Amino acid sequence: MIARLVLILMLAFAPVTTAFAVEPDEMLSDPVLEARARDVSRQLRCVVCQNQDIDSSNAGIARDMRLLVRERIVEGDTNAEVLDFMVARYGNFVLLRPPFNPQTYVLWFAPLALALVAGGFGIAVMVRVRRQSAHPDDLSEAEDAAFQALSDADAKDETQP
Amino acid sequence: MKRLLFASPVLISLIFGGFFLWGLDPERDPSAIPSVLISRPAPEFTLPEVAGTGVPGFARADLVGNSEPVVVNIFASWCVPCRAEHAVLTRLVEEDGVRLFGINYQDEPEDALRWLTELGNPYERIGSDLEGRVAIEWGLTGVPETFIVGGDGTVLYKYVGPVVGETAVREFTTALAQARAGGSS
Amino acid sequence: MIPEIGQFSLAIALGFALVQSVLPILGAARGNALWMRSAHATSLAQVTFTLIAFAALMRSFVVSDFTVLNVVENSNSLKPMLFKIAGTWASHEGSLLLWVLILTIFGAAVSLFGTNISEGLRARTLSVQAWISVGFFSFMIFTSNPFERVFPPPPDGNDLNPLLQDFGLALHPPLLYIGYVGFSIVFSFAVAALIEGRVDAAWARWVRPWTLASWMSLTAGIALGSWWAYYELGWGGWWFWDPVENVSFMPWLLGTALLHSAIVTEKRGSLKSWTILLAILTFSLSLLGAFIVRSGLLTSVHAFAVDPLRGLYLLGLLGISIGGSLTLYAWRAPTFEPGGLFRPVSREAGLLVNNLLLATATGTVLFGTLYPLFVEALAGERISVGPPFFNAAFIPIALPLVILMGLGPFLSWKRADLAGLMDRLKFVLALSVLAALVVWYLTEGGPVLAYLTVAIAAWLLLATLQEWAGRIRLGKVPLRDAMRRARNLPRAAHGTTMAHAGLAIVIFGFVGSTAWKSEEVVFVTPGSEISIAGYDVVFEGIERVMGPNYVANRGTLTITRDGEYVTTLYPERRNYPVAQYSTTESSIRSTLIGDIYASLSEPADPAASAEGAWTLRILYEPLVFFIWLGSTMLILGGALSLSDRRLRVGAPQRAPRPDIATTPAE
Repeated sequence: MIARLVLILMLAFAPVTTAFAVEPDEMLSDPVLEARARDVSRQLRCVVCQNQDIDSSNAGIARDMRLLVRERIVEGDTNAEVLDFMVARYGNFVLLRPPFNPQTYVLWFAPLALALVAGGFGIAVMVRVRRQSAHPDDLSEAEDAAFQALSDADAKDETQP
Repeated sequence: MKRLLFASPVLISLIFGGFFLWGLDPERDPSAIPSVLISRPAPEFTLPEVAGTGVPGFARADLVGNSEPVVVNIFASWCVPCRAEHAVLTRLVEEDGVRLFGINYQDEPEDALRWLTELGNPYERIGSDLEGRVAIEWGLTGVPETFIVGGDGTVLYKYVGPVVGETAVREFTTALAQARAGGSS
Repeated sequence: MIPEIGQFSLAIALGFALVQSVLPILGAARGNALWMRSAHATSLAQVTFTLIAFAALMRSFVVSDFTVLNVVENSNSLKPMLFKIAGTWASHEGSLLLWVLILTIFGAAVSLFGTNISEGLRARTLSVQAWISVGFFSFMIFTSNPFERVFPPPPDGNDLNPLLQDFGLALHPPLLYIGYVGFSIVFSFAVAALIEGRVDAAWARWVRPWTLASWMSLTAGIALGSWWAYYELGWGGWWFWDPVENVSFMPWLLGTALLHSAIVTEKRGSLKSWTILLAILTFSLSLLGAFIVRSGLLTSVHAFAVDPLRGLYLLGLLGISIGGSLTLYAWRAPTFEPGGLFRPVSREAGLLVNNLLLATATGTVLFGTLYPLFVEALAGERISVGPPFFNAAFIPIALPLVILMGLGPFLSWKRADLAGLMDRLKFVLALSVLAALVVWYLTEGGPVLAYLTVAIAAWLLLATLQEWAGRIRLGKVPLRDAMRRARNLPRAAHGTTMAHAGLAIVIFGFVGSTAWKSEEVVFVTPGSEISIAGYDVVFEGIERVMGPNYVANRGTLTITRDGEYVTTLYPERRNYPVAQYSTTESSIRSTLIGDIYASLSEPADPAASAEGAWTLRILYEPLVFFIWLGSTMLILGGALSLSDRRLRVGAPQRAPRPDIATTPAE
């Protein structure tokens, strides 16, 4: 499908947001903290964009959020605390990594569940196939039923006077 | 059993189909984010005044201990739709006796002052949020946004976008009436 | 006048599609040869009139006919001619017209070239194909007419989003659509087989070239989209797990499974119901993709404008085609005769596991993409499911699959000797671990997963090469003999080797460009110097440059390494006055080892811009070129397989009589 970057919502912020993702003036001087800030930014969703993280978004509010993230990190918040801070203001929507709570158990367990179902299928097929190839002369279910019907009919025949 | 297995793809797709049908509801806006502030106390903040407007600055304390719900509007002079909304808000203040507070978002005070002088100032108080930090406390996603805050400081309702046009105005005034009647939206 | 001709042609095409929906399939049921053969004429008529309509729309763009609404919304007189032409398929309506054109072309191709299947099967297939056409033609005519007029015509158009005025992106939709629509043939063929009540080796053989062609095109479309995102969007990424990307990836995953499953059905008659199900689901996912992008269901950077009415119509189409075909499957598939038997360790079993893993991966991606919708419907809340989830969920399924891919070609049909196999591969296993260790030695830091992936990709590459070498007995016979054997190998064997090796290369590209990427973001003024990944970069300055419909600020960067000149890069910041839009044109120096990637923008910080500084972003991405290289190998592998003579010789000829299915399956 066409990659139509409709950054129309940017217009809601009107003109002149020429900021382009992370800017040097936003970056912290401590490389360890800055790396953490980038990491956290990549997990936060830009609330005005269509599916981008704040680390790579041009929007003005993304820049504000990037600055806020760094502020919190400098003040001593852990990564988790910074994320919680944002969630408190914007809700779980802002997390690109969905939280692990009763609402999302199904999501997080889905890959495993699907794999198990697939595995079950596979095993069932293998077992059936191995059983059949071990006794290749055995009749299949359908053939067995047909044989049964015939021999019943036969038996009935013989009881006829 | 075997039948059920072969029927599972169609059954699963029927379930998905139900969700898709739900998702196509024209009232639904896939990009709107529900506010986490609803039914929660207004965030803590203190903002200085916008010099020259004649109205004081704005802080959380102003939202607590009121006799009736008030309206908090986040606006800016560089925001084009805010112009149209300004007329609606002015009418609400003058005709319906609404108490209106404003947060001036990322706006140079001189620009805001010029804008308000030109259009009129319906705000009882205006806080200057030059950095935009307080707006983030309110969960801002764009300007304008307007909130109805109960007399006790609980956020009751949020409208994203300009309260302009028949549908929007009707929705907002209904919510306001409900808030005044004592219920939350 | 011309747009009206276009509109009229669409209606005529719909008429022919309606005829083709009914006559051939009834003819097959009744044994009426004339009715069955009518499909030949109607399919050619459909393609003719659709082509006329498409040409009419394209002409409107070429001459900038602003009485046509679609041209006004998507074009402008200043636009370069290439993009005026590409504007034909840039919009929702135009891209639908392209979709339907490809649909009718494929239908005609089946009619013209599908001579080695029974008449009845072909007739039924063409009828099913026509049902799909009717759905899309009516969708266009009733809700998305590209020929709508606007009076009075405005003096000029709105211009196409500058981001889309790009050659690579102009090609991206046609390639993707050939892929999606190509799978519709396989779908029709599967449904026709279900209606007939029989699937056999001939069916599977017939399906293969169509699946291969579609798969190749889809691979190209996805790779092109990724490549575009890489060089255009400015931060060196190439995949974002955005809903619309996912929606193109899922048919690709299932299409791959289908390709392999069809081989088993063809050679051994097994996995019949699997193959049919995959054929139905692959196209269903293509349809689902069309629905999601055009209905406004999910937010995405890719989505067309929202319109719930169109969404409802499309949902109806989906319900009928997917619901109908899966119901037919539930009813008929249990009656298929089981095929050849095989041991748990065999090529059939390996391909079955391959199917299962790909299906699990597809299910995971589907579930993750739709989950926000489910939560919103059931709990009224908004959550996001982004790259962190998809990476965490997809990679653990993909890696075992890649390991299996290395092993698979060694497995023999029916029963294989796993112990002997592992013995033959122990050298490759050791080399793979060694490769990871070497990379570990050469790099500094990086997640453990990255090294594991390197080892697994190396395993795939080396195992694939060893299999090929084994086939031609390289090292065991004189080189000339080995080369002769190589020339005589069926093309499909080379295709497999090329494609599997290509995937290994792609994975190397994925890991290198993600795990060991380095980045510098700095304010620069003329004369500023930066160092990255051992390169020294000097920012020389900015100059203004004029383009056909834009004005640009172009920076000059001189890059050296250890004093030796390497290259000069020219990143640009373009402003398109009509669209009132700015873009960043990155400048990239690509080598096999890595890309140096530079982009410029105006700083947001007013203090910095007051000084005349610019924000410079330089990335060094190791091995990213491997992604494009490997993708090309995948496509080449497909092409090699497609050109295999055995595919064109086709299914064994039946006795020459109109073969209506009255005999039971073999």
